[in-house]
Amino acid sequence: MILKGLTFNLLRFTDKRSMSDTVIKVENLSKSYLISHQSQERYTALRDVITNSAKSLAKRLTSPFTSNVSPLAATQEEFFALKDVSFEIKRGERVGIIGRNGAGKSTLLKILSRITEPTSGRVEITGRVASLLEVGTGFHPELTGRENIFLNGAILGMSRVDIKRKFDEIVAFAEVEKFLDTPVKRYSSGMYVRLAFAVAAHLEPEILIVDEVLAVGDAQFQKKCLGKMAEVGEEGRTVLFVSHNMQAIRNLCDGVIWLNDGQVCQIGPTLEVSENYLCQYLHARSLEEVQLAIDALPHDPIFRLEEVAIRQKGSLCTTVLNGHPVDVEIVYSVSQRTSGLRVYFDICDEERNLLIRTFNDDDADSMSTIEPGRYLSKATIPADLLAPRSYELRVYGTIYNVRSIPAGGIGIPLLVEKSNDINRAYPQDPIRSKLLPRIPWQTVPVKEEGIKAC
Amino acid sequence: MQKIIIEAGRTERHYWRDLWRYRELFYFLAWRDILVRYKQTVIGVAWAVLRPLLTMIVFTVIFGKLANLPSEGAAPYAIMVYAAMLPWQFFASSLSDASSSLVGNANLISKVYFPRLIIPASSVITSFVDFLISSTIMLAIMAWYQYWPSWRILTLPFFIVIVFAAAMGAGLLLTALNVKYRDFRYIVPFIVQFGLYVSPVGFSSSIVPEQYRLLYSLNPMVGVIDGFRWAILGGESNIYLPGFLLSLGVVGCFLVCGVVYFRKTEKKFADII
Repeated sequence: MILKGLTFNLLRFTDKRSMSDTVIKVENLSKSYLISHQSQERYTALRDVITNSAKSLAKRLTSPFTSNVSPLAATQEEFFALKDVSFEIKRGERVGIIGRNGAGKSTLLKILSRITEPTSGRVEITGRVASLLEVGTGFHPELTGRENIFLNGAILGMSRVDIKRKFDEIVAFAEVEKFLDTPVKRYSSGMYVRLAFAVAAHLEPEILIVDEVLAVGDAQFQKKCLGKMAEVGEEGRTVLFVSHNMQAIRNLCDGVIWLNDGQVCQIGPTLEVSENYLCQYLHARSLEEVQLAIDALPHDPIFRLEEVAIRQKGSLCTTVLNGHPVDVEIVYSVSQRTSGLRVYFDICDEERNLLIRTFNDDDADSMSTIEPGRYLSKATIPADLLAPRSYELRVYGTIYNVRSIPAGGIGIPLLVEKSNDINRAYPQDPIRSKLLPRIPWQTVPVKEEGIKAC
Repeated sequence: MQKIIIEAGRTERHYWRDLWRYRELFYFLAWRDILVRYKQTVIGVAWAVLRPLLTMIVFTVIFGKLANLPSEGAAPYAIMVYAAMLPWQFFASSLSDASSSLVGNANLISKVYFPRLIIPASSVITSFVDFLISSTIMLAIMAWYQYWPSWRILTLPFFIVIVFAAAMGAGLLLTALNVKYRDFRYIVPFIVQFGLYVSPVGFSSSIVPEQYRLLYSLNPMVGVIDGFRWAILGGESNIYLPGFLLSLGVVGCFLVCGVVYFRKTEKKFADII
């Protein structure tokens, strides 16, 4: 037992020595911009500088005793794109950065890639960095594919010798052999993106910084790129990866940094942080919009829909995880005794194909009669049923054989993210089915006689 | 192992080394600009030749024939004008190309790191290629007039270095100003146009009254153009030494100011572009 513990510790020790040296160390990093309320332009015009200084000069001459605050200062405000961000990344780690738009992800990457300088704080990076904030940076439409490979490679920091050495590999990866000497302005957008990514994929940095670049290209190429990036990570290189695609983050990253309003919200293992993140951002906003739609429904003498809510683990949301149950709550009032009055909802795919329709009295033995009053009907969509895709939930009230209220139902967007482990052995494989229930399987060896003989 | 430290206001310690490391990018950008320029225009290379040639003809007719201004020594007026046209065209196109180069490459600047100096410098190089092309016309004109240069033509590289420094210095200054003050681009064409008349391109600087020559040499192009003429025309073409040294000083000053100011504003480019 003791021996076992010892070897275990030893292993960890050697493991740590080779793997755990910090390659990126960020300390109290902040970046602020001055936002001018006066103009929407980000740049200054000499004209304005001259008129402003003339104005303040005139002011000082006419009333020399008032305080000489520059007219600009009053209309400017400091905005922190990043505030006091600190973290460390070790060699060989693949780290995802998540957060809503404007959370500071891109600013962070720009500082790490030395494109812009921080307002305060310090970053220490050990190793050669290549950053890929956009595919095809510097591509020129007039130049041919061949010329653009060299140009783009040089822009990304490859030497001419490197590019020459990898040229054939890049061309093969991009699948553009036939069009090498065609100006890229004649390329289809797919070819363009493939070529651009191929160059980037063949960089050999020690640290790779990648912004949301996989959002482009068709699904198959995206898969290829993800595969290539996973390969990069396995070669022991450090990868920093920003994406809105949680699936990609989960497939690629060991850890996640969650940024919110320029500050670090949580750092930790991918699954844990991404799940917290998704739960938090169940866009309450679109539920508000649903409420507005409900309030605007035409008046019905018998049935009135009051509220619809989607909840997971107790909090309101429109983005849910498929590894946990989802509650659909419908609040409505009935103003007279009615038989055959039910509420139901549909789950449709993006093309509005009906996948599931479920009524609140699906289990009843006979048609029920409802008394006037307010009611809450709650349905629980079980875990491991929905696939990671976007659905539309349509909620209705109905009086059997009379009418549906409202006629078209109330639509609620429902985005499902994958959190269960179905298909875990093949993470690159896209899930094609519209629903993803967990179906028990058993595989056993059989003798020659087959099934029918049994 | 390479170590990078990023801090506010920290001047890049390895800037010049980085510049060297990125020399291939520099080469590729210049190559791209040249390639694109000659791919996009139908007349392409002819443009680099036509512009100075036509201007030279007009100047020769107006200043040499109509205004009857004197040439320098025995040199034909056309050669005298063209000898000035060469550095002037190079300087002028460097200024206008460099000053718009950063704004034109805004997507590069906001997405990739490299020493920003590369971009305006590569557009100066592109103008230099035009300069080399139009230089060949110089030889043709000289052959036409059967005018043979003296040994002084060997000193021409020295003056090319000076015009290079002048173009680079003023170019960097204007580039940085152009990013910072976006309406600066309206001023650049004016500077270029104005410069053509206050520089001795269409006439010899020897017609400027003696007492004003030093003052006139504050224009750095005066020294450069005089130098070019001295080297190309040979013979009786003389250089006004105090003025030349003053021009040289102004060029040096431009270069230092340009680089310093560019480096100072460089880090903010990605934010304001």
